Amino acid sequence: MNTQTMLKIEDLHVHYGSIHALKGISIEVETGQIVTLIGANGAGKTTTLQAITNLVRKSGGKVLFNGTDITHMATHHIINNGIALVPEGRRIFPNLTVHENLMMGAYARKDVEGIKKDLDWVLTLFPRLRERLKQLGGTLSGGEQQMLAVARGLMTRPKLLMLDEPSLGLAPLLVREVFQIIQKIREEGVTILLIEQNALAALKIADYGYVLETGRIVMQDTGQNLLKSDDVRKAYLGVAIT
Amino acid sequence: MSLAGFFQHLVNALSLGGIYALIAIGYTMVYGILRLINFAHGDVFTYGIYFAFYAVVLFLMPWWVAFVFSIFATAFLGAFIERIAYRPLRNAPRISALITAIGVSFFLENFAIVAFGGRAKSFNPQTGIYPTSFLNMINIGGVRIPVLTFITIGIVIAALVLLIWIVYRTKIGMAMRAISKDIPTTKLMGVNADRVVSFTFMLGSGLAAIGGILWAMKYPQVYPYTGMIPGLKAFIAAVVGGIGSIQGAMVGGFILGISEIMIVAFVPSLAGYRDAFAYAILLFVLLVKPTGILGVEVSEKV
Repeated sequence: MNTQTMLKIEDLHVHYGSIHALKGISIEVETGQIVTLIGANGAGKTTTLQAITNLVRKSGGKVLFNGTDITHMATHHIINNGIALVPEGRRIFPNLTVHENLMMGAYARKDVEGIKKDLDWVLTLFPRLRERLKQLGGTLSGGEQQMLAVARGLMTRPKLLMLDEPSLGLAPLLVREVFQIIQKIREEGVTILLIEQNALAALKIADYGYVLETGRIVMQDTGQNLLKSDDVRKAYLGVAIT
Repeated sequence: MSLAGFFQHLVNALSLGGIYALIAIGYTMVYGILRLINFAHGDVFTYGIYFAFYAVVLFLMPWWVAFVFSIFATAFLGAFIERIAYRPLRNAPRISALITAIGVSFFLENFAIVAFGGRAKSFNPQTGIYPTSFLNMINIGGVRIPVLTFITIGIVIAALVLLIWIVYRTKIGMAMRAISKDIPTTKLMGVNADRVVSFTFMLGSGLAAIGGILWAMKYPQVYPYTGMIPGLKAFIAAVVGGIGSIQGAMVGGFILGISEIMIVAFVPSLAGYRDAFAYAILLFVLLVKPTGILGVEVSEKV
């Protein structure tokens, strides 16, 4: 199958005041793949996703999505073009019910039938949410909130789903579940850009990976090759190299 | 005090409290979303009265058409103020927006002096601004209460029910509740946040216009500073009820209205201190429960 570039980031720069947070990074995400961006705390992973969705201002560079220039597009237009971002720390609406949280994801959609179908789909992916539809989002456990955040992102019916640290703060069993679900979502035809500190788990499921260090891409390769790379093993997988 | 006398004071208190509640909701909704105290809200209330007045006197609309026109015109005025004065400062320090709000308030007051004149305009039924039958008395157990008082209470209740329905049962209301907790994440849902903010201003300003018209029927005149005292008291009501909470604004409005009327009713010698009660209640609530009666700790947005 001929692959096609869905998301293309060229020479992206972000400044926070005098801090140069992203120093010209370039990333490509092919349609249908799982691409991961790994790196330590403060490397600029979250900033990258926020810059793509225009939640932070870019000071340079270009972002193309399926050939459309979305560099300066308003956040809600970017989302409605088919990119979803499941933000770090879940950020579910605690004062809205689980059902309302999910419907917020479908806010800009007009296809009533499609919304119904997608609601059914995400509730099949996350059966525990179905039991909690009437509960306020703030009353869910951490793991349930993470599932709600992913499900809410899927309700925008994205072509590209960007996940920011979905495993953060979850128990090991839940982490495994989350990564299984990510693969399931990809099987449904959604392309995924995954940001993780849990490099081992991320690289295991990723087709391609980028390593980000203090605002620069220092390495990129297929997930398998990165897993085998000594540098990655030493720095991110905590493996002693003898 | 006779039971009938008490009843008379009670309906008065409810109608006054209801008007405070209508205005207070505008303060509290804007604060809930933008963490901005919209000091121009009391002047928006004044303009609501002016719009109704001129719609009847100048454009010769029937009174009820004029009132509906005023509600919509005031709603658009509120959204317009947000668009030109507050939106450009969305990412500025909050103190800048606050100072701007005070500036907008001064501007509206002085513009009203220039455009409408500083002298009070009479807002009474003889000018055809509302039917004289509103002032007919209903006799209930020996006390005579004007029809207007009951109309006021009825309209307040209808407006509050409509508001609750919008906020809790409609899509835009859902977005308002979402955006009050987390603006960036709401944008990530594909929501045009500016549009939700505009709608919030329209809703709050429309309610202020309703409050303004009811106020002007009760105290039948309008001048450029009409909104100052009720605006201030409604702001106090919003703080007393817990700023950011719609239910709180309603509770606060009624507490203020009821205590103001009842204290004067029971201790007539204190009538001169009427306006001071609001501040006394404010001080008391701030000392006992600084977040207000229904308020919750608001975490600072980062």
